[in-house]
Amino acid sequence: MKRILFLTLVVAGAVAAWFVSAPRPAYDRAQWQAIEQGGDVERGKTVFYAGGCPSCHMTPGQEDRLKLGGGLELKSPFGSFYAPNISPHPKDGIGEWKVADLANAMISGVSPQGEHYYPAFPYTSYHLVTLADVRDLTAFIRTLQPVEGKARDHDLPFPFNIRRTLGLWKALFMDFSTFAPDPARSAELNRGRYLVEGPGHCVECHSARNALGFIPPGSRFAGGPDPEGRGWVPNITPDASGLAKWSAKDIAELLNTGFTPDYDSVGAGMASVVKNMAQLTADDRAAMAAYLKSLPPRPSPPKPPKAEKPAS
Amino acid sequence: MKTIIAAALFAALGAGAAFAQADVIKARQEAMKAAGQATAPVGKMLKGEEAFDLAKVRAALAAYQDTAAKAPTLFPDNSKTGGDTAALPAVWEKKAEFEAKFAAWGAESKAAAAAIKDEASFKATFPNVLKNCGGCHETYRAKKS
Repeated sequence: MKRILFLTLVVAGAVAAWFVSAPRPAYDRAQWQAIEQGGDVERGKTVFYAGGCPSCHMTPGQEDRLKLGGGLELKSPFGSFYAPNISPHPKDGIGEWKVADLANAMISGVSPQGEHYYPAFPYTSYHLVTLADVRDLTAFIRTLQPVEGKARDHDLPFPFNIRRTLGLWKALFMDFSTFAPDPARSAELNRGRYLVEGPGHCVECHSARNALGFIPPGSRFAGGPDPEGRGWVPNITPDASGLAKWSAKDIAELLNTGFTPDYDSVGAGMASVVKNMAQLTADDRAAMAAYLKSLPPRPSPPKPPKAEKPAS
Repeated sequence: MKTIIAAALFAALGAGAAFAQADVIKARQEAMKAAGQATAPVGKMLKGEEAFDLAKVRAALAAYQDTAAKAPTLFPDNSKTGGDTAALPAVWEKKAEFEAKFAAWGAESKAAAAAIKDEASFKATFPNVLKNCGGCHETYRAKKS
């Protein structure tokens, strides 16, 4: 009798997990025509650079940021991800995607095949991107050069290689809210908040994550170990351990040229981010800087001890 | 007795190597810092916060050539880790490309020093020289705070 009860519970749990983990795209692909029309290429270019798309998706080992063949390896504690081809190639890229497909990818983290994406693709921030911006971005990507060849598959150990499990991760950690401007704040701060929290996805690197890859609210933007193991990502809140001494102008300058107020030049992934941000308008960079200065100051997590000197 | 001498020798050599390694990391950080400090007034000129001053521009370009010439010797194989180095493994994995970057930076700085005669030629030329900083750091230096 106990055994039957136990089995029933296991089955019920599995059914619940299956239900909870189901991919839920925000837009119905069958109704794609309803949201397809009206994308603006020029505005899409801004979304493209604000979103930092080329940093991961441009073909590695060359300089053309608009050649989106994918293939860059992104190391993580869960295994290696390889950025896919998002050029408008009809077979190897996303040339056949509708606006609804890109919207479902960015806003819901769901592929046209109805599978979950890994949050290495930062839909945890992109869900705030407006549908109008996704439409413009789609229009822009369609104007780019189609690149042949698919990127290799991700290299992840069990159980991370089971995409369905991401449904449980999303149920636990994913916020699916859309962007709502705060009427109490200025247009500049709202624009900055949108760019930083949405397409800019700054929080994804500038925060410490827990063992399950979630960013607790108290550690947002407070810096932490680089998820790719290339150093320590700075705290970008106005805390003493962060950007307290930086003016909004200093931050905007860094986003444009990569120089800190001491004329050090930022390294690793941030150098690539700067190349994207330099494509935005000065107003957009100023808005991002103003928003970062408006964040609550949060202390940096403790740093690990400095690299040991070799035994002498 | 022999073992003691040998041990003492090894200890001395080891300590020497460790000192040298810490020194070289410090030396390259100082060299980079010198380039950064020379850039500060020039950066302000570019932003229009300081008046154009050809002498300071030349000083910066001379500092770049100096750092670019010294730098390739400051990344020996025994200095991959240690201290608070932010050098990435790519420095040693792609040594030839890494050194070529310094050569290009030095050559560009030299050419710019010859080309810059007034404010207009400064504003046209200098930003391109500065692209060398990020261009190299993107591949060879870790994020740091």
